[in-house]
Amino acid sequence: MRAKTFKGGIHPHDHKYLTKDKPIEKLPAPDFVTVHLSQHIGAPANPIVKPGDEVKKGQIIAEPKGFVSIPMHSPISGKVKKIANFPHPTGSTQMALQIENDGKDEWQKEPLEQNDYTKMKPKQIVEKVKKAGICGMGGAGFPTHVKLSPPDDKPIDTVILNGVECEPYLTADHRLMLAQADEIIAGLKMIMKTVSAKRGMIGIEINKPDAIKLMKEKLKSEKDLTLVPLKLRYPQGAEKQLIYAATKRKVPAGGLPMEIGVVVQNVGTAYAVYEAVTSGKPLIDRITTLSGEIVKNPRNLKVPVGTPISDMLDFCEGTKEPIGKLISGGPMMGFALSDMETPVTKTSSGTLFMGEDAVDETPESACLRCGRCVDACPMNLTPTFIAEAVKHEAYEEARKLNCMDCMECGSCAYVCPSHINLVQWIKLGKLEIGKLDN
Amino acid sequence: MKLLNVSTSPHLHEGVNVPRVMWTVVATLIPALIAAFIFFGWYSVFLTILGIITAVVTEAVIQLATKREVTISDGSAVVTGMLLAYNIPPTAPWWLPVVGAIFAVGIGKQIFGGLGYNPVNPALLGRAFLMASWPVQMTTGWSTKLYEIGTSTVSGLKTHIIEGGNQMLGNLITSATPLNLAQQVRGDIVSGTAGESAHTVFNQLSSLSFIENLFWGNIGGCIGEVSAAALLLGAAVLVYKHYIEWRIPISYIGTVAFLSWMLGGIEGLFSGPILFHIFSGGLILGAFFMATDMVTSPVTRKGRVIFGMGAGLLTVVIRIWGGYPEGVSYSILLMNLAVPLIDKMTNAKVFGFQKAKSKS
Repeated sequence: MRAKTFKGGIHPHDHKYLTKDKPIEKLPAPDFVTVHLSQHIGAPANPIVKPGDEVKKGQIIAEPKGFVSIPMHSPISGKVKKIANFPHPTGSTQMALQIENDGKDEWQKEPLEQNDYTKMKPKQIVEKVKKAGICGMGGAGFPTHVKLSPPDDKPIDTVILNGVECEPYLTADHRLMLAQADEIIAGLKMIMKTVSAKRGMIGIEINKPDAIKLMKEKLKSEKDLTLVPLKLRYPQGAEKQLIYAATKRKVPAGGLPMEIGVVVQNVGTAYAVYEAVTSGKPLIDRITTLSGEIVKNPRNLKVPVGTPISDMLDFCEGTKEPIGKLISGGPMMGFALSDMETPVTKTSSGTLFMGEDAVDETPESACLRCGRCVDACPMNLTPTFIAEAVKHEAYEEARKLNCMDCMECGSCAYVCPSHINLVQWIKLGKLEIGKLDN
Repeated sequence: MKLLNVSTSPHLHEGVNVPRVMWTVVATLIPALIAAFIFFGWYSVFLTILGIITAVVTEAVIQLATKREVTISDGSAVVTGMLLAYNIPPTAPWWLPVVGAIFAVGIGKQIFGGLGYNPVNPALLGRAFLMASWPVQMTTGWSTKLYEIGTSTVSGLKTHIIEGGNQMLGNLITSATPLNLAQQVRGDIVSGTAGESAHTVFNQLSSLSFIENLFWGNIGGCIGEVSAAALLLGAAVLVYKHYIEWRIPISYIGTVAFLSWMLGGIEGLFSGPILFHIFSGGLILGAFFMATDMVTSPVTRKGRVIFGMGAGLLTVVIRIWGGYPEGVSYSILLMNLAVPLIDKMTNAKVFGFQKAKSKS
C-alpha cells in the first residue's frame, strides 16, 4: 500500500532514534503525586476529598463538572496533603490535589472486573469510559466519552486510530503499539461499537516500520479494519490532516470530524478504553517518553498520572549538560516549562530536555515575504499576514485571514528565515479575537 | 529556585536565516561572474565589484545616518549590487554601476525601510533609473564577440542593409545584442521593407548553432546575463535548496516560450524561435534571480504562477512590439507593483472551506 499524506507541512529531523528501540519501563511510584483537576478540555473536575483523607489507588478523588468534563482518580494509595495551585504542564499554575504515597499500592477495589465487551451495549461501553476518566491522550485531551456520544443526526462510519506520532522525539505511542497491539485493536473495536462505525483504520507514519508490520499482521484477519501507512511529514498526526490522508474527506473549517462521519482517537486512548471496558481500570497511568540529547538515559516510561517531572528525570539518570529548556509534549507544539516539579497529566505524551543551545534568542527581523510559511501551512493560511495584522492590533483583519483556523502546529515558525514568532502572534490574535466575541 | 527558559512553541527551527539565504544567492551568482570574466575580461568583474561595494557602503551610510542597526552582513546589499552590475554592459563607464547601486539601495530599498519593505526589486529599479538617465551608455558597449562567432550573421546583416533594410542597423553591428538584431530584422520583415537576406539573418539567429552560443554565453549582452548555462547552474542550487520557488521561473519562461512561438515568428502565427527567446537577453537571469526575489513576489502558490505568467506576457510584448529590445526588467518591475493585488486575490481558501459550503 502506498503511503498517504496531506498538502503542506514540513520535514523536521525526528530525533526518535534516542528512544525508539527502548521498551516501556515502569517508573516506581513517586513519594508524592500531584493530580491536576484540569487535565482535559472542558470544566475542571470538582475535588471530593480533603487534606488529611486517606485514599486508595483508583479511588475517585474529583468528580466531573457537567458532561464535558472527566473524573480524576488517585493514581496511588496514600494521604491527601494539599489542594492548592501547582505548576501545570501548559505553563500556568492550576488547582491540583497533592497525595503522599504510603507505599502500600492498595487498590480501592480488587480484583478488577472481567468484562466481555462483545456482550455489552454501546451505552454501557461509553459509561465505562466516562467512569474511567479518559480523555484524548494525544495532546488536546478532549473527554473521550463525549467523542463517543455523537448526536443522532451525525452518523459515524469511520473510526481512525492515530498512531502517527509526528512530533519529533516522541516514541510513546510507537512503543505502546509494539507492546499492546491486540489491546489497541480491541479498543478500536470497542470505539467502533459505541459509534456504530463500519470501518476502522490505524494510521502510522512510515518511520515506524516495525509497528506497521506488526499491526498489518494482526489486522490480516479483520476485514473491517485497515492499516494506513502515512508519509513522513509534520503535522501528519493532526486530526484534520490525518482524516484527509486516510479518507480524502475534509473536515469543514471550524467544524468537527463527526460532521463528515469520522471519529479519531489516539492509540493510547484506545488502550485506555480497552483497560477501562474490560477491567474497569480508571486512567491513572500512561506511557510517556522522556527524551532529549542531553538526557543520560532517555526512556519510554509507564508513569502514574501526577508524577513530577523531576522523578522521571532522576529515573533517567539526569542530564549530561545544563538544561536550557524543559518541554512538556513534543518540540513542535509542546509547552516550555520553568519548573521541574510540574507533574505529568493524562495528556503528557512526552517530556523533553534540551540543552542551552536550544534557547533561541534570535531577534525577529522583517518579513521577507518568502512565502515559506504559506507553503508550510497545512491549513492553507497565510501566517505572515495574520501575524502582521495581529502586530497592528487589526484583529478583525486577522479573523478574516482565518486566524481562528490555525491549529498552532508551528510549521510556519519552524521554516521562517526571519525568525518571526508566528505561532506566538497567532496565539495572541486568537486570544484577542476571543475577547472581541465575548 | 532556578527557573528554566520558556517560550512559545515550536521549540525547533529549521536553521534557515536571512543571511544564509542571501549569501547562498551570492554564491549561486558566482558562476555567471566567471562566465563574464571568460567572455568579457577583467573589466566586467571590476564593474561588478564596484557595484557590490557601492551597494554595501550606501546601505551602511544610510543606516548609520538614520540610527538604525547596520545590516550589511546579511548579504542582501551584496545581492542588490551584484544583480545591478549584472544588468550593465560589460564595457560601461565605471561610474555607471556606482550611481546605479546608490539609487538601487537608497531609493529602491532603504527609503522604504530596508529589506522586506521595498515594493519593487531594488536592482531592477536601479537599472531602470540608469536606462532612463544614460540610455546611450546602457545600450552600447556590448562585447564585439558577435563578430567573431557570427561572421555569417554579420555578413547576412550587411547584405540586409544594402538591400534597403533599416539603415540604423549599420550602427548596431558593433554594438548589437542578438535581441536587438532579431527585433530590428523582424520589424523590417513584417513591415515589408526587408529583402531576402533579412530572412537569412533571422533564420541564422534562430539556428541551433547560434542558440548553442547563446546557451554558453558566446554572445553580446550584459555582464551577468550572458551565459545561460552558468546562470542555470546557480539557479539549480537555489531551487534544490528551496530558496527560490520553481513556480515563478517555470511559469515565466513557459509563458515567454509559448508566446514567442506564437507571435515571434516571421512566417505567421506559431513560427517563432522559442529557444532563441529563452536563452537570449536577460530572461534566465531575470526569471531565476530577479523575479524570484522574495520580497517583491507573491507569497501564495497560485499568485506566483500568475506573477510569472504576467511577467512572461509583458516580456514578449516588449520584445516584439516595444521600444526596447529587451523587456525582462520592465516586465518584472511592473509585476512587482501588482504583487499586493495578486496576493489578495489568490489567498487560498482555508483547509475544509469548500466542503463546508457544498456539503451541508
